[in-house]
Amino acid sequence: MLLIDCPCCGVSGEETEFAPGGEAHIVRFGPGSSDAEFSSYLFDRKNPRGVHFERWRHAFGCGKWFHMARSTQTLEVFGVYKADVTTPPQDILDRVEAAKAEGRVK
Amino acid sequence: MSQSHRLETGGVLVDRTRQIKFLFDGKSYSGHPGDTLASALLANGVKLVNRSYKYHRPRGVVSSGPEEPNALVNLGNAGTHEPNIRMTQIELHDGLDATSQNRFPSLEADVGVLNAAASRFYPAGFYYKTFIHPRHAWKYFWEPVIRRIAGLGKAPTHADSAQYEHTYAFCDVLIAGGGVAGLIAAKAAGEAGARVILAEQTERLGGRLLVDDDAEIDGKSARVWLEETIAALEAMDNVTIRLRTCCSAAYDHNYCLLYERSGDRGEAAQVRHRLWRVRTGRVIAATGMIERPIAFNYNDLPGVMLASAVRDYVKLWGVSPGEKTVVYTTNDDGYRTALALAEAGCTVRAILDSRREPDGPLVGAARALGLEIRPNTGIGKAKAKRNKLASIETVDFDNPEAPGTTIECDCVAMSNGWSPVVHLYSHSGGKAMWDEEAVMYRPDPANPPRGRDAEAMVHVAGGAHGALTTDAVVAQAAAVAAEVLAELGMGGTAAVPDVSATAETPTHPVWVTPSAGKAALGGKHFLDFQNDVTVADVALAAREGYESVEHAKRYTTLGMATDQGKLSNINGHAILGKTLGKTMAEVGTTTFRPPYTPISFGSIAGRETGNLFKPVRETALHGWHAARGGDWEPVGDWRRPYRYQQGSEDRDTSIHRECLRVRNTVGVLDASTLGKIIVKGPDAAKFLDMMYTNMMSTLKPGKCRYGLMNNENGFLMDDGVVVRLDEETFLCHTTSGGADNIHGWFEEWLQTEWFDLKVYTANVTEQFTQIAVAGPKARDLLNSLDSDIDFNALPFMSMAEGTLAGCPVRAFRISFTGELSFEFATPVSFGLALWEVLHAKAEELGGGTYGTEAQHILRAEKGFVVIGDETDGTVTAHDVGMGWAVSKKKEDFIGKRAMERSDLTRPDRKQLVGLMTEDPTEVLPDGAHGVEGGKAIGHVTSTYFSPTLKRSIAMALINGGQGRFGEVIEVSTAKNKTARAVICDPVFYDKKGERQDV
Amino acid sequence: MSEVDMSLARPLLEGVSDTGAGGLKLSVQPLRGMVTLRADLSEASVAAAVKAAVGSDMPGVRKATDTALWMSPDELMLLMPYGEAADAVAVLTEKLSGVHHLAVDVSDARTLFRLEGSAAREVLAKGAPVDLARDKFAVGDLRRTRISHVAAAFWQSGDGPDVFEILCFRSYAKYLWEWLEESSREGSMPGVL
Repeated sequence: MLLIDCPCCGVSGEETEFAPGGEAHIVRFGPGSSDAEFSSYLFDRKNPRGVHFERWRHAFGCGKWFHMARSTQTLEVFGVYKADVTTPPQDILDRVEAAKAEGRVK
Repeated sequence: MSQSHRLETGGVLVDRTRQIKFLFDGKSYSGHPGDTLASALLANGVKLVNRSYKYHRPRGVVSSGPEEPNALVNLGNAGTHEPNIRMTQIELHDGLDATSQNRFPSLEADVGVLNAAASRFYPAGFYYKTFIHPRHAWKYFWEPVIRRIAGLGKAPTHADSAQYEHTYAFCDVLIAGGGVAGLIAAKAAGEAGARVILAEQTERLGGRLLVDDDAEIDGKSARVWLEETIAALEAMDNVTIRLRTCCSAAYDHNYCLLYERSGDRGEAAQVRHRLWRVRTGRVIAATGMIERPIAFNYNDLPGVMLASAVRDYVKLWGVSPGEKTVVYTTNDDGYRTALALAEAGCTVRAILDSRREPDGPLVGAARALGLEIRPNTGIGKAKAKRNKLASIETVDFDNPEAPGTTIECDCVAMSNGWSPVVHLYSHSGGKAMWDEEAVMYRPDPANPPRGRDAEAMVHVAGGAHGALTTDAVVAQAAAVAAEVLAELGMGGTAAVPDVSATAETPTHPVWVTPSAGKAALGGKHFLDFQNDVTVADVALAAREGYESVEHAKRYTTLGMATDQGKLSNINGHAILGKTLGKTMAEVGTTTFRPPYTPISFGSIAGRETGNLFKPVRETALHGWHAARGGDWEPVGDWRRPYRYQQGSEDRDTSIHRECLRVRNTVGVLDASTLGKIIVKGPDAAKFLDMMYTNMMSTLKPGKCRYGLMNNENGFLMDDGVVVRLDEETFLCHTTSGGADNIHGWFEEWLQTEWFDLKVYTANVTEQFTQIAVAGPKARDLLNSLDSDIDFNALPFMSMAEGTLAGCPVRAFRISFTGELSFEFATPVSFGLALWEVLHAKAEELGGGTYGTEAQHILRAEKGFVVIGDETDGTVTAHDVGMGWAVSKKKEDFIGKRAMERSDLTRPDRKQLVGLMTEDPTEVLPDGAHGVEGGKAIGHVTSTYFSPTLKRSIAMALINGGQGRFGEVIEVSTAKNKTARAVICDPVFYDKKGERQDV
Repeated sequence: MSEVDMSLARPLLEGVSDTGAGGLKLSVQPLRGMVTLRADLSEASVAAAVKAAVGSDMPGVRKATDTALWMSPDELMLLMPYGEAADAVAVLTEKLSGVHHLAVDVSDARTLFRLEGSAAREVLAKGAPVDLARDKFAVGDLRRTRISHVAAAFWQSGDGPDVFEILCFRSYAKYLWEWLEESSREGSMPGVL
């Protein structure tokens, strides 16, 4: 069972306190978008075997949404960060790169 | 029967001053405190304890621990009955009542043994091969037959009377196993100040040191060192020692389960089992090793045991498993058993050793005692008399066809080397590697199970790591403890005690003992005792193409019994490799999955049974409803009164009475479960315009608007009345049970997409009791009460705040019944008071309560949809004829883009219609399909007998239905039966809405 | 003109259970006034409003004072005597005029329990995935989590290291009461905290 650090309230809590929210950083396409754009927004998910940037909510805790970078294969966590950003912070990307260099993730 | 096999002396665990009486198969025996059921039965000379799963062969105790495959019993009676418990782990206690399993009518005379006579017809994969045709014969014939003759213990028939508990726990270092390695690690971690939990599955610390006490540690005898070390640990506040507690699993991110059997000893314990949910910094698996058996012909007879178990029974419990023992070993350790037996005064008939030139101190000690050692010799065949081992025939490894000597014996102590218990290392992905020199699978340090930060979360100490002798165990455990503490930043130089241990020479494993004649193929050379899997079965599987170890396992059932292959796997994999010409490393292992040993269902459930199984949410009026005949409809976790029964009336009578009451006089309904969410801020109106299909920003303060909510797929997900309380504040009602989801949905968009909007939300569902007052006399009722609200002036779809009968209220003039209707929200603490007044007044006017089913009928008569009835997650607002609630002016809202998709604008989509059966008394089944030309064209979503209209009505989603009013369709009502129904407007009653707007 | 009759307000659940292990006492607390305040907690004006409304300093992250509980980075729960929530909302509204916020009376939405006794930590540890060791959870600490299946907040009030206040939604109160009472049984503690 995952152990998750909430970046909003600082709790290090077990997975049962949290609710998963799927892939992060998906750009919303609304009215006026093409079918392809809308389809990508609504349906296309990376579902990687490896590094995944995903959304979680501290449902039983502070109620806040946030992001987590995690390997779906090894469950290694590269970091958590707040929901109000559109790209992962550099230090987390660096950690992912380091894990790749060490062969832990693809 | 007296304890005929209890030795005169010895048995460090038993208290000979006290006797314990117990029952096995209804017969009374006695033992001592400290005994296990297995040791006590052996002390009484009981060797036949079970019948095997497939062939019903007689079986005895093989081991002395959790790896036991044979000695399973039904324990207890009625509310304490539990099947499949290993005798080797049952501590003897007063009143213990066990029965053997898988036999009929008795252990000695079991009719299922006929299976064994036919065993050549039960090869590997027998079930797969035999019962596949004809298909239905499996379900109706074969399965019931097989279930009766095969199987393990009896399933309980009574509710479990015991108490079970869960607890969460946290530590820096969790140590699994209280043997030498675990104690060394615990002491090092404890002294470093770490929070330590030491879990030991038995009732004692010390592990094999209690039996194999020939080593000296720090210049002290093993026993003295052990006592001092335990005392030191017990004195540390930061070290928690739990006995009878098995570390069952090591999951992701250092989450482990401990299974504590604290109340399994007969007394009325407050807690029988406790499941610990532990999050630890690191795990140190000091789980030791399990001895391997040897495959030889009829190696399954009662009396054939692991050599280590034989010496455990002698030294720990003072029990002689046999009068005359043959030791069959492939290593030095087996000699310890011979020495222990000799020391206890038992007869060792011979030591058969697979090695050509056994040598070393232990071999020398046996020689010095004059014990007969036969090198390069094994057991060719074991023979039984009256279901028990009677003799063995030796075999010369170089010349298996040559006749061997027969040695009379009632016990064989076999030792084929040791396998590290790598389970905890492997549960979360750690790999085991084959060590050819040590002849064992051991943890591969290059592939540990990794934790959240990619750290190696499980470290392995002692025997579990492959250390065979006490000195190696101690050194390795100290090193691992230091490594773990360094990783945790808690120091890192644990003192390594000085150990002098007896040296041992390498093992020479025997995967199958050669046999002469027919037995040479390996039939009745048992690998998996519980599942009756033989060497021949595994070899056959390999020849039939089941080359992968995982496939061979499933095909033969090797390792699939309750012991999960603790004794059989390595030997079986070796046979597979031998047949395929592969090395052990190439064969690999099957996956180790938690739990390590079976855990009770009770421990998994914990306290959460009965009334605590799942929360039930109750409104403030729950008790009132219950006292007045309310029966319950679950809505999410809520319970709502479905109807109120008067006297012994049936359901329909109650419901119809309640419907007509609302149509003719006045009814009161507990609507408290409706979700209520406050949305406030300068951008609240803008935000709600995005969340609802309707325009909410144009709503005036004090006004109500029915709103629809889409998901991004353009499908309806919720509905409810939105009230604008003031310019910046809205109150959004949601469906019952939808409040948490919709509140979460609002927050999701605010936090993750439009975080620049200035909007706050609060879920105030639980703050209010909400009561609907509906019916033509609703206003009369309200006007008879003290209030500062003018109910004559409050327009339809408006809100007023004030007091009613002394209670603070918000009054909403809204209707879900089609009648003149008001809803009142009052703080929950006032809820019962307000309800009682409203109900009393309603009764005075000839009305009263109505429940959720009457509400459902009343709304169906009006054609109002219910999210979840008329919708199923694939239905749009247009589909249900509510295009009027979808704003065309708004640039964007959730689901708007999706509603432009071609599939959502098709004219032939299923659309909501009414259905009226030609026979007005026939009520269509819910969910029934409309059929046309043999194809389904839609389905019934709501269907009732309408007491108002005195006929059946239904709502349905029918392909292109909104253009088909007046057409008659067939609706499937039962197999090969249909009813004719005319498609109509779903508004059956008061089409102009005149009754609610008066 | 009709008026609110406060005598009509009745708690749904009342009770004291003191049969638990080691002198454990579980009680339903009398009705309390409660106000949810959502605002930017780093704003000085918000701190001043809280001070004016309930007399409390701004609680730290996951901390509780006698009258203010930190619930979320932008949410407090303010406590006051029952019936005075409307006054508190009025003070907040006045002090936060022009400041984006939400203050709402939620006095009736929740039930407050008090669990006291040396085994209180162990009772909570049976159902809450929280490290409750004395040096990890102390007076003034607050945690929102779940207890068994129920969302709850608990904190250590100023009354000592063995006293916990527990808050859950009112509709779940009966379940949580029964769970706490069952979990308080004599002889059922693991005995480690």
